[in-house]
Amino acid sequence: MKGKSVPVDLWLWGLASALMTAAVSLIFFYAPTEREMGDIQRIFYFHVPLAWIAFLAFFIVALCSALYLWKRETKWDTIAHSSAEIGVLFTTLVLITGPLWARPVWGSWWEWEARLTSSLVLWMIYLAYLLVREYAGAEERGARFAAVVGIIGFLDVPIVYLSVNLWRTQHPPELVSDLGGAMLLTLMVSLAAFTVLFAVLLRQRTALRNLDRRVKKLKRQH
Amino acid sequence: MRRSIAMILAIVRKDLLSELRSKEIAVSILLFALLVIVVFSFAFDPETEALEIVAPGVLWIAFTFAGMLGLSRLFAAEKEKGGLEGLMLCPMERDLIYWGKLLGIFLFMMIVEAVITPIFLVLFDFPLWIPELGLISALATLGFAAVGTLFSAMAAHTKARDITLPVLFIPITVPVIIAAVKAAEAALGGEPFGEMASWLGIITAFDAIFLVVSGFVFEFVLEE
Repeated sequence: MKGKSVPVDLWLWGLASALMTAAVSLIFFYAPTEREMGDIQRIFYFHVPLAWIAFLAFFIVALCSALYLWKRETKWDTIAHSSAEIGVLFTTLVLITGPLWARPVWGSWWEWEARLTSSLVLWMIYLAYLLVREYAGAEERGARFAAVVGIIGFLDVPIVYLSVNLWRTQHPPELVSDLGGAMLLTLMVSLAAFTVLFAVLLRQRTALRNLDRRVKKLKRQH
Repeated sequence: MRRSIAMILAIVRKDLLSELRSKEIAVSILLFALLVIVVFSFAFDPETEALEIVAPGVLWIAFTFAGMLGLSRLFAAEKEKGGLEGLMLCPMERDLIYWGKLLGIFLFMMIVEAVITPIFLVLFDFPLWIPELGLISALATLGFAAVGTLFSAMAAHTKARDITLPVLFIPITVPVIIAAVKAAEAALGGEPFGEMASWLGIITAFDAIFLVVSGFVFEFVLEE
């Protein structure tokens, strides 16, 4: 398994690089400039895929957490842990690109609006997921506690969204359906690029974690 | 079923007795909630209208932080004195420990809130009889207790106990805090019940989901 996984990852890295190059070229040279917002709108092609993939990452965390509690196989915990890390990284980027766009368009860095607030809460929940694992001390206990947080946190997301949505809303509605052809193509290529990037990162992080575990085991034996 | 209820009540009775003797949870959170409300009265100028606008927020900041303080003691004391091992050795299902502990902290927090709310109403100059506040407090406190009991048990097993609980508790209870503040705002403003119905609906949904799920995953927290 070890010998085979390297070429697959190389392929995926190649694909991710190619797609990312294509996405960046399309975003800056092909996609038309938006009529009202101007060039700043181009950040949308990074922002939206990052947000979607972050959500996918947290879905994987919840799924693998449930599988871990059920089956008690370390591999599920390893995937959940790695996916949470990448999800937090992507959500951080979402929370950075959002205000950069909002400042010129809305005239303010931050609004306490449904999707922004939900993303922020999501980010805090999964930071807590990573922290509780550190604080737990023993590795097995950390995995169990994190799995519980992974499940509770994911179930919390729709309620957070519902409550904040009722509280206030300002985010531009989902514009994906009425995007022009060129804009939609750019978004889709960017989405594909980030999806493959996520897959590569997840595989690499999981593999690294497995190696780490093997090193620790070997150290204990000697 | 009857046996389960008897066991849950036995845990509640134990917690109430130990509270009566040590006054560790209810009394300390009562004082703490009172201090929060007093500090906020100083922080905002009572002469301006602003006090009325921030009032529901002040009440729920006090309840949230006081509740967290109580939750942090809920399992910590058990852990220190080996009580948790004793509970786990009892011939009963692990989720009964969850329900017993949940009922205990819910009672403590409700007592504290029943004392604090009238003091708050006096200090912030509201009418003294607002029964809707009782309903809001009961629903929201149940939600706090549902996830709080789970996280408290978790925190008791971690190194950085004092930080683990808030780090988990605050983001997860965001919907309850928002909904409780908005519902309290409507209640304090003397608005009809319909104004707060959707907020109470959100809290009820939160309670229902997390009572079931937390009860279900609790055994994974206690297992060692």
